[in-house]
Amino acid sequence: MDNVVSMMPTIIFFIVGAIAIASSILVVAMRNPVHSALFLLLTFICVAIVFFLMGAEFVGATQVLVYAGGIMVLFLFVVMLINVRNIEFEPMLSPYWKGGLGLGLGLFLLLAGMVRTGNYHPPIVQPENLSTVTDITRTRDANGQIVVTETKRANANSEVVGMALYQEYLVPFELASLFLLVAMIGAIVIGKRDLAAEEEEAVPQFIRERAEEEERMKEAAGA
Amino acid sequence: VPSTNALLMLSGTMFAVGLAGVVLRRNMLVMLMCVELMLNAVNINLVAFSHRMSSIEGQVFPIFIIAIAAGEAAVGLAIIIQLYRLKNSVNVDDARELKG
Repeated sequence: MDNVVSMMPTIIFFIVGAIAIASSILVVAMRNPVHSALFLLLTFICVAIVFFLMGAEFVGATQVLVYAGGIMVLFLFVVMLINVRNIEFEPMLSPYWKGGLGLGLGLFLLLAGMVRTGNYHPPIVQPENLSTVTDITRTRDANGQIVVTETKRANANSEVVGMALYQEYLVPFELASLFLLVAMIGAIVIGKRDLAAEEEEAVPQFIRERAEEEERMKEAAGA
Repeated sequence: VPSTNALLMLSGTMFAVGLAGVVLRRNMLVMLMCVELMLNAVNINLVAFSHRMSSIEGQVFPIFIIAIAAGEAAVGLAIIIQLYRLKNSVNVDDARELKG
């Protein structure tokens, strides 16, 4: 019984991993892009569960919020905006499908062959690096001396990630925010309709007539 | 906790499926989805080695990758919408003006 409990994360991992692989294959295999998007959502949620199992809670939460919550909603909106026509008659596979299948299979075999040997750097078992923060408090004792006390707190994965983000990786973090700003502006500029063409049409007829009248009167006065 | 081998196997399979999907499909939306799948497979890899090496870097870089993926999806979808307005299709084979 104890053995089963200790094996639980591995069992969950194999179930969730099997679902992730199956649904990622279905993303490619589904004809309707809406189904593809929904299976992609399932894959992302399974990957988030894997992150939680590995103790990467912050990455898992970000995965759920940004991928499942943000990117997938964007995808679904665009799919539903675009794909209203009947798609049954369109060919699904590209003319290079044999090459694509071979490429995917070849890459899979290559990666599997590399992984199977398991020759990696020997593991470094220091779990406190990933989930323990040190709180430093300064107090004055009875003689007015400053006493520094350090207390360790476990189960603080998000705080450790935050410390790394805001101390060691502050510049990449700020650059990422700049990147997101540029991406947002780019998406708006690319995605908007051609406004100049619409404004021309939007000018009402009577205003255009009045402008032409004024033009004519000016010409008459000049002559 | 699952072994590093099992995690890398999952990640490698997802990456291969994503790569095959980008080449196999003609629908631009599905191709973009497959790119997201590949980015996500890389995240699994990073988290697996973060766990193995007890190093927090492996959990910081997935956050950057997720940010890049979000920007990429936004710009890619904007391009797809614009191409759909132009061609009335999301098939990549319909956008071949640059082909010599």
